[in-house]
Amino acid sequence: MHKTIAEHPTLADKFNQDEERVNWHDETLWWVRAKRDKAAHTLPEWEDLRNLASQIKHNVLSNLSEYLIQFEENALKNGIQVHWAADAQEHNAIVKSILQKHGVTQIVKSKSMLTEECHLNDYLQEEGVEVIDTDLGERIVQLAQEPPSHIVLPCIHKKKEEIGELFHLHLGTPAGNADPQFLTEAARLHLREKFLTRKIALTGVNFAVAETGEFVVCTNEGNADMGAHLADVHIACMGIEKLIPLRQHLGVFLRLLTRSATGQPITTYSSHFKKPRPDQEMHIVLVDNGRSRQLGRKDFRNSLKCIRCGACMNTCPVYRRSGGHSYHNAIAGPIGSILAPNLDMKDYADLPFASTLCGSCSNVCPVKIDIHDQLYKWRQVLVKEGHAPAAKKAAMQGMAFTFSHPAFYRMAGKTGKWFMKTTPFMVNNNFNPWYKQRDMPEPPKESFHDWYKKNRKENGHG
Amino acid sequence: MAMGSREKILEAVKRNQPENTPLPTVPFFEPPFTDSVRKFSEVVQAIGGEVHQVSSYAEINTILKKEFGTKTIFSSAKELAELVQTGLDYKNAHAFADLELAVVEANLAVAENGAVWVTEDLIQERALPFIAQHLALIIPAETIVPTMHEAYGKIGTLDYGFATFIAGPSKTADIEQSLVLGAHGPKSLLVFLIRPL
Ligand code: SF4
Repeated sequence: MHKTIAEHPTLADKFNQDEERVNWHDETLWWVRAKRDKAAHTLPEWEDLRNLASQIKHNVLSNLSEYLIQFEENALKNGIQVHWAADAQEHNAIVKSILQKHGVTQIVKSKSMLTEECHLNDYLQEEGVEVIDTDLGERIVQLAQEPPSHIVLPCIHKKKEEIGELFHLHLGTPAGNADPQFLTEAARLHLREKFLTRKIALTGVNFAVAETGEFVVCTNEGNADMGAHLADVHIACMGIEKLIPLRQHLGVFLRLLTRSATGQPITTYSSHFKKPRPDQEMHIVLVDNGRSRQLGRKDFRNSLKCIRCGACMNTCPVYRRSGGHSYHNAIAGPIGSILAPNLDMKDYADLPFASTLCGSCSNVCPVKIDIHDQLYKWRQVLVKEGHAPAAKKAAMQGMAFTFSHPAFYRMAGKTGKWFMKTTPFMVNNNFNPWYKQRDMPEPPKESFHDWYKKNRKENGHG
Repeated sequence: MAMGSREKILEAVKRNQPENTPLPTVPFFEPPFTDSVRKFSEVVQAIGGEVHQVSSYAEINTILKKEFGTKTIFSSAKELAELVQTGLDYKNAHAFADLELAVVEANLAVAENGAVWVTEDLIQERALPFIAQHLALIIPAETIVPTMHEAYGKIGTLDYGFATFIAGPSKTADIEQSLVLGAHGPKSLLVFLIRPL
């Protein structure tokens, strides 16, 4: 089942039909982005911290096999059972085998983008297992039978009235009640019953420490803890890139994570799981699913430094105005657009083009991933591999030719201006999908080249 | 085959990992404030908690009795034994399901973000600080450090089964970004800063 190549523009189009909603989505995320700025500015060492985090992660990537072995050894010593999954299928099969061993057909789950990536919910549902997502935002999209649209704010695209309607249908709240406080209270009661009765809880992992064999899970709601501490079995699933070398490095990453994500100084709970309770079984599943392949792609390996804060999404002008679902991938936005083509170049060839390359994503990234450069590099790879969307392919080839022929570039600049002035419909057309909802900017009266030539002359350097 | 995947993954990672770059040392960052106790109190209040400066456990007893009256309270602190409901059988985590207030002594706290470090040995059950409707944390004022770096400096490579930083009451903003306190965990957080007279 291959998707059409124009998927992001088509899906963004759908989202764009409701202009009021788009504006609201845009403004809400920008507000979160502004909170991030405020939090970052409270720390004089912010830039040093970003550099430090990036360097630590670089050391992790360059010694990942050693750190994985060290982590496994320590986790085993701590009494945690360690599993390795080469891909999504194997990850899902491992989870199922643990459920089967305990004869369990109902579990609670705390937010894990990895399980979204592996489509665990669908898989388990087909196997007759009921999975309850316990993060409020995730529960909401689960009731709506949708995937999350944002890695930190899963139902950011939903209006409270829609949530009220969902709760009315599924949880029996009064029709028409859309008060966040009231709805949260209803979810609290509904989920408390699940926490108290489910024997197995599954969580994601924010950081795993090679030195100690422990892992850290960060939530504001406390749902990971409610699940794990009340269950007989705790399964934690993590991508192999989540490792950090030393426990003290948590000081660096925990300072960056939430300030970048929501502007909070830290999440309400940063829980360190080192050993199972005496009456408990603890499993950790280490998942590759393409990560080792991305590690080998020199231009794209930095994407594995990502700590999933979501800052690049909140700041991205395309994400904010196209919605997370338009990325048709578990991870949306700029970072998702780099990670997805690694999983399948053909299916996700459209995503690296869903960017203005403005660089805002790279500017906010707490681990200094060169996001917009990687998006640009993916475009070139995809064109070369023959996966680029047809309309984009023509444009790209034109651009490559133009940039490598300076005389043509000058001419094209002039012609381009003439084109935009006389035939704007040629530019604002369907071949340029991102500009469909708006007008192209006014072309400058003078091209940069003309300006440069004139000014150099005027300054006597010509 | 599980064994097969382990070898396969490790082999692929080893083959593809870049040349070694050294691990940087974490430098000392001067905090942009001098009074850590004050900063801590301000941040805890900003994230939805309530701070009481007290000089003794007796004072804590009085405040809690006034605020919680006859509601079910549990604490493993022996100084607070008289607050704890007798006759309740706290055999496992599930027994705390209807608990109104948990009172927990903590190891240390961080000024920059209001986070309080609690290790497993200080709570009877791991679920305790999460499952109660309300939570009170007790910390000696002198254990407050300015930043997370100092906190981990103190924690070191200490052994524990479970430990957590708690910063404020449980919260969510998933419904149109409206902040609601009390998602799944405690709806309120009281912090007692003990500073002997
Ligand atoms: S790429 Fe950077 S900014 Fe984006 S989610 Fe990952 S860590 Fe955050």
